[in-house]
Amino acid sequence: MKINLKINNQDKIIDIRPDEMLLEVLRKNGCLSVKHGCDTGSCGACTVLLDGKPILSCSYFAAKADGHSVTTVEGVQNKVEKISKYLVDEGSVQCGFCVPGLVLTTMGMEKELNNPTEDEINHYLSGNLCRCTGYVSHTRAIKKYLEDKK
Amino acid sequence: MKQVNKSIPKIDGMGLAKGKPAFTDDLTDSNAIIVKVLRSPHAFARIKNINVDKAVKYPGVECVFTHKDVPRNVFTRAGQGYPEPSPKDKFILDEYVRYVGDEVAVVAATTDEIADQAMKLIEVEYEVFEAVLDFEKAENNKSVIHPEKESYTMFPMGFDASKNIACTYDMHIGDVDEVLKNSEVVLDKTYYTQAQAHVAIETHSSTAYIDHYERLNIITSTQTPVHLRRIIGEALGMPINKIRVVKPRVGGAFGGKQQIHGELFCALVTLKTGRPSKCIYSRKEVFESSFSRHAMRLNIKIGADKTGRLKAIDLRVLSDTGAYGEHALTVFMIAGSKTLPLYNKVEAVRFGGIVVYTNHTPGGAYRGYGAIQGNFALESAMDELADKLNIDPIQLREMNMIKEGETSEIFKIMGEGGEGTAQIIESCKLDYCLKRGSEMIKWNSKYLHKKINADKVRGIGMAIAMQGSGIPNMDMGAASLKLNDDGFFNLLIGATDLGTGSDTILAQIAAETLNVPVEDIVVYASDSDLTPFDCGAYASSTTFVSGNGVRKTAEKMKNLIISEGAKHLQINVEDTIFDGKTIKSKDGEKSISLKEISKGWLYHYGQGQEQLIASDSYVGKKSPPPYMAGFVEVEVDTKTGHFDILDYTAVVDCGTTINPKLALGQMEGGLLQGIGMAVYEDVKYNKYGQMLTNNLMNYKIPTREDVPNINVEFADSYEPSGPYGAKSVGEIGIDTPPAAISNAIFNAVGVRINDLPITPEKILMAMKKKEQKK
Ligand code: FES
Ligand code: FES
Repeated sequence: MKINLKINNQDKIIDIRPDEMLLEVLRKNGCLSVKHGCDTGSCGACTVLLDGKPILSCSYFAAKADGHSVTTVEGVQNKVEKISKYLVDEGSVQCGFCVPGLVLTTMGMEKELNNPTEDEINHYLSGNLCRCTGYVSHTRAIKKYLEDKK
Repeated sequence: MKQVNKSIPKIDGMGLAKGKPAFTDDLTDSNAIIVKVLRSPHAFARIKNINVDKAVKYPGVECVFTHKDVPRNVFTRAGQGYPEPSPKDKFILDEYVRYVGDEVAVVAATTDEIADQAMKLIEVEYEVFEAVLDFEKAENNKSVIHPEKESYTMFPMGFDASKNIACTYDMHIGDVDEVLKNSEVVLDKTYYTQAQAHVAIETHSSTAYIDHYERLNIITSTQTPVHLRRIIGEALGMPINKIRVVKPRVGGAFGGKQQIHGELFCALVTLKTGRPSKCIYSRKEVFESSFSRHAMRLNIKIGADKTGRLKAIDLRVLSDTGAYGEHALTVFMIAGSKTLPLYNKVEAVRFGGIVVYTNHTPGGAYRGYGAIQGNFALESAMDELADKLNIDPIQLREMNMIKEGETSEIFKIMGEGGEGTAQIIESCKLDYCLKRGSEMIKWNSKYLHKKINADKVRGIGMAIAMQGSGIPNMDMGAASLKLNDDGFFNLLIGATDLGTGSDTILAQIAAETLNVPVEDIVVYASDSDLTPFDCGAYASSTTFVSGNGVRKTAEKMKNLIISEGAKHLQINVEDTIFDGKTIKSKDGEKSISLKEISKGWLYHYGQGQEQLIASDSYVGKKSPPPYMAGFVEVEVDTKTGHFDILDYTAVVDCGTTINPKLALGQMEGGLLQGIGMAVYEDVKYNKYGQMLTNNLMNYKIPTREDVPNINVEFADSYEPSGPYGAKSVGEIGIDTPPAAISNAIFNAVGVRINDLPITPEKILMAMKKKEQKK
């Protein structure tokens, strides 16, 4: 079947299988920053923004995204660089596999929460697992980023 | 020092954050054939019949392999040095399947869905055997897990497949029984540690293709590219000059990628079809069909006098290596060799035991590598002894622990599966770590326990730990440096960055030695064709071993620049200096910039033209242990047993850190993995040997909401044998949480959980039991 998908501001008509997940469709269409980490919607590595809101592309049918707009880090490189500068400075991009998803969720959080507390940050981002860092450096970085943005 | 002991950003950090294609699955050919593995539903069975006709004929299927179609060479999947200290007990595919998830057949098809369909069409008839699922009943069990004749070990390690014994080891110094008998106090305890899953967020991924030289290229998420090339060659019976292994970025490893996984299957398919292939494990496959930490039972006896002086330690271990023996011997030995030297003043010490086969997912390498298991037993027992003697736990350790300038005979006796290497400890700031840590956590021996309200009590606990820095006299790290026009360098290293930041810190070491900015060092790593030998990233080796290799290489390059520069300037070598920018005579009369001369050397010096390239390698003469003290405060609800970890404080001696921020990241990540092992994570099976925890919903790793306050500080320390004073730091962080948390729970509520993980249920049950006894 064919769907209309806006990927990173480009309108595309894409041929998909009805049972295909958005994750696979995005990777096939060149968005390799979107990662596959689990089978159960538990890791957050596949996070993308759907109409600006973070969703798990591994458990979102591509068919359901018909007519919507998807953003991956490929499409918002400048913004990603701004946030990531803080992550890199804190040494919190270790293997980096979780980071594109984390950055996109952070962008979702920025829109939704005003002045989040540390607990609110960790709660909002809790679906983005990281096995390398112990998370503390993420929190330091994101807090600093939000602080400096003010 | 300008470039080291400096927190520069990780050189690949921004690129990774911006999602540049860097991981195996990002680099595969878009037309790669999909490789999938049909896996055993039984814990132990023999394939009586297997019929793949329907699968082969299914449209889109490229090929199917069963044990009948693959070379029958026995090998081990453990990525270790050679001769390998793990039993060779694995075939590419075998007629026996030894755990749920073991490989039955390999299917290659044009799409995922076709491969899945084809797997359903394979008809297998099994003869099912009684499985060995209790590792304490594995030895001499009537079910023999490795009945095949071919399995063997490359040197004697007590391998006895007929008894389900993968290996055994025993050592002693002094007469332990006699000293224990004469000790005023003897503690005799048993501890259990569970299997833990690695859960690197990137699953095992590999891809293969044949290049225009008709050689097999494998790109794979591995810790050990060179070992992998050797193992693939051995398994396929193929000369390794036909194989190239490239490690791209790795999405976390932690020991899990120190074994081979789908690489062999990709190789089979690509060699047969001539086409690119890829094998990306599902999360379920990673859980069930890769490796986990060896579960262990540890019996420990400690003899001491009434003042707390340790007289003897006796540690006996039973380890579960599951269906195959990857890292069986070495992990088990490290439970002793990287814990017992902490207390080097004993009159007698003994370590030994056996490693058994069971029908579980194989045990494998995992950060800590036996030390975390041994540490849980030893450091829990030390607190039990402190309690018995009514001595402050810190004081008990201070009285007995190893100090700078001292040694332990164990270093010489126990090594990587065999004899070890004697060493004097030249850097050990454990005394500082204890002092500083106790200040930070506000240790006060009288108040290790504090009532908060009617239900809630707090407790503080601690543990100390050691690890190593590579495997001395065995594992080598090499590097080469090439000077380019415009005066920048290529640093080629076999060292394997797993997200640990080793590319960055090795560039820092080269930059420091050459006195150039880090930007002038361009790193390329982990390509078996192009980069010099390196054993890979394991055994906390990279900073120390590969780091020394880079330091030596950079020194050679510096000398080369000086000697060739002197020729060009027509001055004596002894009168020539190179300051990173300029080559000049000591009197300053003659000079030329590196920028200029490097152009001339390559483009226009005529007979003076030459490529400057330097290479060197390093094998450790010792393995200086990093040390640490970990302190934890917990709050326990006495009604429910529920507890929170409030604060984890770690003071670490890893020598002088090359990059403090990246070292901190290693520590914080290691601590949380250790906390995961201590309180959350547990690989569980049902009575059929099926793994219950085969996804991220049933197997819980810590999320960011589970993180306590983590405070890490580094002790001021300098290891003379390390590159710029550094020791390694990759593993030490994981070791203390199990014992420290257990000790804190005891100090809070007076019950001790001796089998990991420590859960509210276990605490509540223990408290109830204690009540009843009163
Ligand atoms: S891949 Fe893990 S949540 Fe989507
Ligand atoms: S940096 Fe490796 S999983 Fe987060």
